[in-house]
Amino acid sequence: MVDRPQTPGTERREGDRREDSPASEGRKTAAVRKAIRSELAGDESDADALDGLAADDQTPAAVVQLDHISLAFDSPILEDVTFDAFEGETIVVVGESGTGKSTALKLILRLLVPDRGKVLVRGEDITNLTFEEALVVRQKIGMVFQGAALFDSMSVFENVAYPLREHTKMSEEEIDGRVREKLQFVDLEPDRVMEQMPAELSGGMRKRVGIARGMANNPEIMLYDEPTSGLDPLTTGTITRLIMKLERELGVTSIVVSHDIRSAFRMATKVALLHDRRISFFGTPEEMTASEDKYIQDFLGGL
Amino acid sequence: MVNDWPVFGTSLARSGLVRSCRPTHQPTRLPAFFARLNDAAKSKVLTLQEYFILAGKSLRFIFARPFYAQDVIQQMDEIGVKSLGIVLLTGLFTGMVLALQSSVQLKTFGATMYIGNLVSASMIRELGPVLAGLMVAGRVGSGIAAQLGSMRVTEQIDALNTLGTDPIKKLVTPRVLAALIMLPVLTVINDFVGIIGGNIIASLVVGLPTSQYWRTVWDQIANGGFVLRYVPNDFIMGIMKPFVFGGIISITACYFGLGTTGGTEGVGQATTRTVVTSSILILVVDYFITQLLLSVLAYG
Repeated sequence: MVDRPQTPGTERREGDRREDSPASEGRKTAAVRKAIRSELAGDESDADALDGLAADDQTPAAVVQLDHISLAFDSPILEDVTFDAFEGETIVVVGESGTGKSTALKLILRLLVPDRGKVLVRGEDITNLTFEEALVVRQKIGMVFQGAALFDSMSVFENVAYPLREHTKMSEEEIDGRVREKLQFVDLEPDRVMEQMPAELSGGMRKRVGIARGMANNPEIMLYDEPTSGLDPLTTGTITRLIMKLERELGVTSIVVSHDIRSAFRMATKVALLHDRRISFFGTPEEMTASEDKYIQDFLGGL
Repeated sequence: MVNDWPVFGTSLARSGLVRSCRPTHQPTRLPAFFARLNDAAKSKVLTLQEYFILAGKSLRFIFARPFYAQDVIQQMDEIGVKSLGIVLLTGLFTGMVLALQSSVQLKTFGATMYIGNLVSASMIRELGPVLAGLMVAGRVGSGIAAQLGSMRVTEQIDALNTLGTDPIKKLVTPRVLAALIMLPVLTVINDFVGIIGGNIIASLVVGLPTSQYWRTVWDQIANGGFVLRYVPNDFIMGIMKPFVFGGIISITACYFGLGTTGGTEGVGQATTRTVVTSSILILVVDYFITQLLLSVLAYG
């Protein structure tokens, strides 16, 4: 039996019935944090957010929603693709090469506009934004590109500092501190790499600098395009751990595009399988391994 | 697998760099031949439209915050200072050959003392601007197209977009502004060196005294008439042209660079197209500017 993609509504309820699922855990902690914060701020009216936790669980706000997306260039790329990513979740989109995985990320960033359907970020429909409005939405999102896409005319420091200089009024000292913090977070020695140019770095280091740049502005959403492709198994492990650390420590919502099924299963809260332009499976890794669908079994064959 | 998705229409609109104009109605079905003709014609118009949208945006952003002053200065160095060498050489030898050729022609009329007139008129009005334009198109235009093209295929343009920067503002506007400023400067240098080259040949080969040569140079400029009593028409024409050429070179290069598809091969194509297109545009537009200015400035 093929698990067809469920409508957002049913999916939401299903996810919430599993009280022990990490996703609902994440949502709960987020709600608790929010409540504590509002309590500290002395805002009485918001203090019942804790009590409202149960209600919150019924209708949690999706951070990123793809709503019946269709996109075609010369031939169709995506057809009727729907999935939601909730607060603190890590969604891994897997599938064969050329099934439009990277395209899905470009849709969320509004680097591309879908032919049909809507893309919502925090409930805001971004499909019809003007170019300038889209730039504002993109500041909430950190993206790690497949080839890292570091600006090769700038040093590592300038690369990581770029979003800060562009969008914040931070002083040079604050920027320096933030860049060091982010480079340390991705296990790079700031003093050693800061002045280097991207061309002097190894593939794994470049990718880590790319992650540091993506998270420099403390975005709520991180997108990764093939974060582990072209890396050796050890570096792959490092990058995978890094993505998990980012989710755990900073509570960001992540969407990862990958065809590395092993690392995908390690970090995923939910897995979306793109097959034949559609999402043919959307669920937890456990559900995926339990599935008896022939294509899914073939896809997981390497495991 | 960079840029592995096929591209529909022109890629600038597809990637949202310039806003695309989607058809709002279902087009009527045409016979296959006409449909193809229709598509081809539309894509040409679309290209033209995108080119002008890019030009408009990049010029408008000159006056809009944030200003990337450092990028502008860096590009002025890249476009202006680093092109100085080739412009000096071109100017010198063009002036020299002009003097040499005209000396042969003028000798038959016994009018070799008018070499200065000929060199100054051709250098300031035509050869200075056009040759500087062509040289810069070859050196700088190709460089800009290759740089922006490789930024496109390595997803650096997407990265800029993602980090909330408008690539047109960050990459195109500084280049256009720098070219608008530096090309007239280069042309003035080119003209001056060319006239000096003529001077060298006039005195060495023809034996014309330097003072006589420079007097005829000035005579020629004065003969062209003045705007506001003091600004020679020739100077206006000699500055207007490179200003326009600067815009043509930089915008064409950015247009093809940003529109690069198909990996490293695409970068090569973008570079070639830039040089060819901007060279042709320079020569064609040169004719029309000359026509326009000759009538507007009331020469003679």
